[in-house]
Amino acid sequence: MASDWSYTYAVARIRVLETRLLTNNDVSAMTALKSADAVVTFLKDKGWGDSSDGNEPERIFALEEQKTWALMKELGVDFSVFDVLSLPNIYHNLKAGVKEVCTSSSNEKAFFADDRFGRENMLKILSEKDWTALPAHMRKAAEEALENMLHTRDGQLSDVIVDRACLDAIEAAGRASRDDVIRDYAGSQVAVTDIKIAVRAAKTRKSLDFLLRALAPCSSFDVKALAQAAFQGEDSLLDFLSSSGFREAAEALKVSPSVFERWCDNRMIETIRPQKYETASVGPLVAYLLARENEIKTARIIITGKINGLTDEAIRERTREMYV
Amino acid sequence: MSELGMFFGLLGAATAVLLAGAGSALGVGIAGRAAAGVVTEDPSKFAQVLLLQLLPGTQGIYGLLVGFITLSKIGLLGGGDVSISLSTGLMIFAACLPIAVVGLISGKSQGQCSAASIGIVAKRPESFGQAMLFPAMVETYAILALLISILAVSNIPV
Repeated sequence: MASDWSYTYAVARIRVLETRLLTNNDVSAMTALKSADAVVTFLKDKGWGDSSDGNEPERIFALEEQKTWALMKELGVDFSVFDVLSLPNIYHNLKAGVKEVCTSSSNEKAFFADDRFGRENMLKILSEKDWTALPAHMRKAAEEALENMLHTRDGQLSDVIVDRACLDAIEAAGRASRDDVIRDYAGSQVAVTDIKIAVRAAKTRKSLDFLLRALAPCSSFDVKALAQAAFQGEDSLLDFLSSSGFREAAEALKVSPSVFERWCDNRMIETIRPQKYETASVGPLVAYLLARENEIKTARIIITGKINGLTDEAIRERTREMYV
Repeated sequence: MSELGMFFGLLGAATAVLLAGAGSALGVGIAGRAAAGVVTEDPSKFAQVLLLQLLPGTQGIYGLLVGFITLSKIGLLGGGDVSISLSTGLMIFAACLPIAVVGLISGKSQGQCSAASIGIVAKRPESFGQAMLFPAMVETYAILALLISILAVSNIPV
């Protein structure tokens, strides 16, 4: 993409803020701490949370997410460039909304906060079947998922319909974007999610039809071949991944599911890492957002691990590579 | 004819000041945005980023210098009555072009390079010296253009 010097101010601010991101050394230090409380104290010393969080980890994480988005608003950049990042959250809200509308069981915590498609709005749209209130890429999937849930009560199929639409939307947003970082992110996200779906389907011996319905086309490999390999079994899937440029994913899968999850997130960080050297584009901002998400996820893994008495080694297996 | 010669001589001075100044304005503006971004988050780096912001400002000064020499040459700055033929006027105009064109391009490029160097200072303040060198390299070409413009303007017989 051509340089866009209008981002110079924002990128310079991000460069300073990158120095305050958690490093791999910080992650090692947190992993070596004795308790979840000590990890919380470590994070508070790094400036996480505020005086109102009551040292409650989830409250601290929520505050950190709010701080990141508040910063992006302050930088005054066009928020449409971040739309692709919010797609998984709003599609998740659609899934949660379909379940809540059809089962009449309320679960506020199942929803992500979102200005346009938070719990309240999503439930209103689904109850009134006001599909025009949704983005164009969401309408068909929302209608199909709701009808399916109402008639068959098959929650898994509804989830598959919505998840597939989400992947298609991410892929389309990536293709339409003029920013390299968005294209790379979208491509990587779809490929990694396809692999995750294929792995789960191979383990649970799903049908080929299910796989073809769930997997979204992507530029990294032939999804029909991926579906076929997953349908044939785990060994076949591992062979396919090894021969398609995803040897590391196959190696990680051989070790454990958590190592594979770690590989998925680390791959995303590798995708955005070149943005550390970008001066005049939205790339460093997108990368910073993803890096913040990654460190919050890692801090959550460490604290959860400490609370559940996991060994340092088991926690280390799950912690992600940091961006800086 | 001499009025036309004077016009081209004056056009040369104006072009040198205008284009080189515009290059500096663009460059200092770009670097200034980056500097403001850093200072927003870390005011202690103000002095370092200010120096980097100022680097692209020299092209405007070079343009001004050539402009003064040219004005003096064509007699507009206390030189008395000087008759400038059309060919001399065109030669003076041509002599002003190096700093005008190179000043515009190098000023903007140096600003972009300074913005990138401000990014270095933001993350590694101890690398300030190295960070200064990158935009300073761009300066070389502005100085070369300045030398040619001064030599040419000074040696055109009037």
